[in-house]
Order: sequence, then structure tokens, then C-alpha cells
Amino acid sequence: MKIAVCIKQVPTREWQPRLTEDKKWIREQDISYEMNEPDAYALEEALRLREKHSGEVVVCSAGPARVQQVIREALARGADRALHVEDAALGGADAFAAAAALADPMAEERFDLVLTGLQSDDQGHAQFGPILATRLGIPHSTIIMEVIADAGSVRVKRELEGGWFQYLSMPLPALLTIQSGINQLRYATLKGIMAAKKKEIKKVAPASAVASRQRIVALYPPEKAKQTVMIPGSAAEAAKELVRRLREEARVL
Amino acid sequence: MILVVAEQREGKLNRASWEAVAAGQQLLREANIAVLKIVVLGRAVSALANELAAASSAGVIAVENQSLGTYTPDAFVQALRQIVTTESPQFVVFPHTYQTRDFVPALAAAMDRAVVTDAIAIRNVNGAPAFARPMFQGKLTADVVPEGPTPHLVTFQIGAFRADAVARGASPAPITAAEATIDASAVRQKPEEPFQEVRQAVDLSQAERIVAVGRGIKSQDNLPLAEALAKALGAELAASRPICDNGWLPMERQIGSSGQTVAPKLYVALGISGAIQHLVGMKGARTIVAINKDAEAPIFEVADYGIQGDLFEIAPAIAAELQKG
Repeated sequence: MKIAVCIKQVPTREWQPRLTEDKKWIREQDISYEMNEPDAYALEEALRLREKHSGEVVVCSAGPARVQQVIREALARGADRALHVEDAALGGADAFAAAAALADPMAEERFDLVLTGLQSDDQGHAQFGPILATRLGIPHSTIIMEVIADAGSVRVKRELEGGWFQYLSMPLPALLTIQSGINQLRYATLKGIMAAKKKEIKKVAPASAVASRQRIVALYPPEKAKQTVMIPGSAAEAAKELVRRLREEARVL
Repeated sequence: MILVVAEQREGKLNRASWEAVAAGQQLLREANIAVLKIVVLGRAVSALANELAAASSAGVIAVENQSLGTYTPDAFVQALRQIVTTESPQFVVFPHTYQTRDFVPALAAAMDRAVVTDAIAIRNVNGAPAFARPMFQGKLTADVVPEGPTPHLVTFQIGAFRADAVARGASPAPITAAEATIDASAVRQKPEEPFQEVRQAVDLSQAERIVAVGRGIKSQDNLPLAEALAKALGAELAASRPICDNGWLPMERQIGSSGQTVAPKLYVALGISGAIQHLVGMKGARTIVAINKDAEAPIFEVADYGIQGDLFEIAPAIAAELQKG
């Protein structure tokens, strides 16, 4: 089974946003990056499917040169090789542009199964998977919690809202977006890191100019929904004041 | 024209559909567009169309087809592509649900049009509408403008607009039936019946007080600290998704879009950053307390009371304070 995993490099969870002068994007020079967490679950699921059905796992990413960091990490965790569509303009691109950049080189590979995370922790469009599936002309399903593959088809467990689930089947090739928590992640071993250095990363340029379908006209901290009373002091002082306010002001105790 | 796509499950409209109608009505004013229509799709939707006709609109379009009985992305893309092409709207508005997340980007890709997802507000930028949406896990909000030829597709976050803000018409809007031809052999997904994993043993929606833990708790070994605070408050223990993903607490204790939605009198968020998937499940709580080491955490946006600091010191201090009586 030939499996692709699309991964994205995103700012770490600890990152504190700082904006560019024009307040339309983030200051990229301040950022440390990591693999988008839902994509890490997609990678893990692909590695497990390869262990069961044999074949290969190819990690695919669209982005500037810096995304090599997460590609190397995916290779160290066990992916066999990588496809990197490289262009500086892909750094802040939307899902439409990323899918457009990856579609042609991925189509050439004729994957049986394409996995990716259900959404990215940066722009969070949750659009990339279904758009890429449409461009590849293959069926898709999203927010997947279980993957059962056999020759020619796949049966998946899809998460619905409020604790409901549904199984569905579709023919291969297919694309699935993976929900966090579908499996337990493995981390790279030293042996894996060493082996990754010898693995192939195929770099290609996008076939056409990177063009997003949405333009950010302003970027700013979220507006407060409420006036938050911040309670200062030591732990004991803050606790005392909070309990007083919950009793006397909010009357919830 | 604006076309609002209502969502139904098993013959019932969900609340998010009314919120999408309210969003569509506001967009009508902001974008200075004259006509709004609502479309509803399914196997048999006449009762739903009647219900939707109460909203102020130029009409409700009922699309009935056997292949739309059980949801699949392929059938919905086929049907809506035809309706949107015929109606030729400037905007197509949806609620942002697990169902629209599944097919709306595919519909946009099939039509080669822009789609903005998870919008929380409509802005006016130089006379044209822009859509505010959260980015970077809610740390920032972006105003975005969809580009390229219309129609532009927009999904609105649950709770961003109020269902009771829907303008009602003086008389019911006219209902028309529209045909959609669906090639059933081109519907590749074969769905089975939806089910619930376990009967929910804990109904958190009925809890008066909830203490919820997030990544900040760091390890399963630290859970007793949260349990002690919950006990002192007479509260149920709950968690954000990563805690349940790690298996530290059962999935049935998860609050958020994939878990339970709650509206207790008191909600204490311990070490929860406040990603939007969590906020949608708890922002209806009457009083929200957030305890977090990061003063910039989005949870403070919705909190009534906030303490910035080390939850490993603060949670036991609150429990001790409560025990003083």
C-alpha cells in the first residue's frame, strides 16, 4: 500500500504572536516551529497501516525551505521518503494554494491512500483535505477516528458532533483527514534520526504561481467577549479573593 | 443574491441553521444585496421548508432526492453545485458544522471558488464585506476577504450569531421545489447508521458546577489535584480534548465541539488555553473562572474571573479556602 501523509509546519503552542508592521501577518523571524499536531496523528496512522499491509509512506509538504525541519522529523519517525513543494510564498498561503501546489506532483505518484490532519493549528481553515481530494479526483472523508483498509477499499469511523460516530466505506484511492487522538504517537529514536539523513527528499517547484483565494486585510488579538476581572496576589490571596467573589458577587457557591 | 444552506438531521433543523440565516440576513445589509433565499436538502423536506419560510426571505428552495436521505459529501456536492449554478448567488452561507466541514471545501474546489470557514463576524472594509475568523488557535483574529469570481462560500461558527436574532417575515416566504439530478453511481462513500459509542454515563450538561482540566495539568499523576478542587466545589470533573486523547480521562468527560456542550452555573478552567473547539462547548456557562500561567491564553477572553499563575499552587489554595467555610 502506497500511502501519502500531508504535513504542515506550524508555530509551536507556546509561541506568543507578534505582528508585522502592516498588521496583516505574523513576524516569522520570531517563530519556532513544529509539526501540526493533527498531521502527526495522520503520520502515525500511516506508519501503522504500513506495518500491517506493507508498502511505503511518503511525507508531502508545501512550504518554504524551513519546512524541511518537520519533513526530517517525519522521516525520523519512520516515513520512507518525502516530497517537498518548495516556494517562499507558500509560507502564509491558504488551503486552496497549498492543495494546488501539491496536487500535480502527488497525482503523478498514484497513491492508494492520502492522509492528513483534520485542520492546521495555524490558519485552521480545515479545507485542505477535501480540496486536495477534489483536485486528485478521489473520494474523501473527514474527522476520522479509525481506518480499516483492505484490497481496493477502506472502511473508516467518522466522528460526528456530540459523541456520535458513523462508519462508512469508499473505494481506494481515497483521502482521509485524521482526528487527533486516533492513536498514540511514537517519537523519533536516535536510530530513526540517523536513518532519516539518508532518506530522499524530492524537491519540486509549484507548477504555477502560488495564489491564495483569501486575503487577510487585518490581523489582531481577539476582542474580549467579557470584562475579565484578573485577580492578583499570591496563590493564597488570589484564592481567598476568588472564593469571596464567587460567593458574594457571582453567587455560584 | 445570498443563498443560505440550512442543515437538518433526521428531519430536524439544527439550531446552527437558524444562526446561519441570521448571519445571512446581516450579510444582506452589510453587502447591500437585495435578495436572500434559503435552501434545504434531503429525502423529504417539505415540513422543514415550511418551518424555514417563517424567516424573512425571498423564498425557500426545497430539494428532495432519495440520494440526499443519508448524508454523503459526494451527493451533497453534486446537488448543491446544480442549485448554486442555477441561482447564481454572490454568497453561499452555511453553519460551520462537522457536516459542512466535510463537503463545503469540496464544493468550493469543484466550482473553483473561494471559501471562508469558521467566520465569527461580518466586517465592512471599504464597502465590501470581510469575514472575521479565528487563527492560530484563537490567539489572533483575521479579517479576510474572499477573492476571485463569485459565488463566495462562507461558513459561520456555531454560537457566533443568535438564532433568536432571525428577522421573521410578515407572512411566510414562498416555497419552491427544485430538482437536483444525482448520479448515485458517482456517490463513492457508502455510509452506515450513526451510533453513540457508549451510553453517556455522565451527563455533564446537567452539572451545576464543572472543573475542567487541560494540557496545563501536565501529567495524569496530577489529576488528584483537580479532583480535590472539584470535590471542594461540589463540581463534576471534565477535560479538554488532549486530556481525553491521552486517555487520562474517559472521552465522555470531554467538553467541546467533539464532546459535550455544557452551560453550568460555574465553570473552572484549569490549565486550558481555550482553543475554539473547547470554547464552543463551554462559553454558555454563567460564570467562568480561568486559571492559566499564560496571561495571553484565549480562555481569558471568555472568563469572568482570571488568575494568572501556577495552577499547582492555586488549585489547592482554592480548595483550602473553600474548606474554611
